[in-house]
Amino acid sequence: MEPLYLVARAGLYLASLVTLAAAVMVVTLRNIFHCALALALVLLGVAVTYVSLKAEFLAVIQILLYVGAILTLMIYAIMLTHRIGSQVVPQTNRQSLISFALLGLFNVFFTAAVLKTDWKLNPSGGNLNVDARALGNFFMGEYVFPFEIISVVLIVALVGAVILGRSDE
Amino acid sequence: MSAIPLDFYVLFSGLLFVVGLYGALVRRNVIGILMSIEIILNAANINFIAFSRYVSLRPETGQIFAIFVIALAAAAAAVGLAIVLALYRNRKTIYTDEIDLLKW
Repeated sequence: MEPLYLVARAGLYLASLVTLAAAVMVVTLRNIFHCALALALVLLGVAVTYVSLKAEFLAVIQILLYVGAILTLMIYAIMLTHRIGSQVVPQTNRQSLISFALLGLFNVFFTAAVLKTDWKLNPSGGNLNVDARALGNFFMGEYVFPFEIISVVLIVALVGAVILGRSDE
Repeated sequence: MSAIPLDFYVLFSGLLFVVGLYGALVRRNVIGILMSIEIILNAANINFIAFSRYVSLRPETGQIFAIFVIALAAAAAAVGLAIVLALYRNRKTIYTDEIDLLKW
């Protein structure tokens, strides 16, 4: 195996470790603003995973939409709802221990199930290249009806968000 | 391409899903819950793309589904954060156990 490939592979494993650590930070940190910054790290790590799966267009979409738009929206909401003295308010409810135990148990079973499963891998699927042009052709051809539906859903959601978010007076 | 096993992606997304679900279950802050849901959706997206790349005969289907998931996540975030702002204006709190208006 060529050394460059090994470096890329080690980088993917490192990125996934960083992603998991940042995800733990998102759910455990007390300051919600720090959680938003850790969430940015999680989304960037997921974009790295997309690149490793040869989904470059989705990685770009991920960075533009999640890190660029959704995270900005979240930070706005955090700043608009900031409560003074929020450092002393407990950030988790009383179910944290039992949730942790049950989810750990679930993860043990899930890992065992995944490792025991014999996936029917498709040998040629990994080599086909799906670029932005191919995705656009699919959206304008075979998947045009879901594409129209999702545009209507987005319009309705954004109008609803404006109506919900405006002040009453 | 097949040097990285499919198990790696499935286990990685499973761990990400569990962490996100933990956050969605135990967080008191509504915005924290929304962030945890974004983590869960990202884990699902990794699964979509990994399975379409390794198992499916047509590797573009997973990416198309992932794009739909991202669009719906954007809609959910916009509506959810608008609800959070309206809630904060009316009740002066964004902690879930203090929002018990519909609880008897």
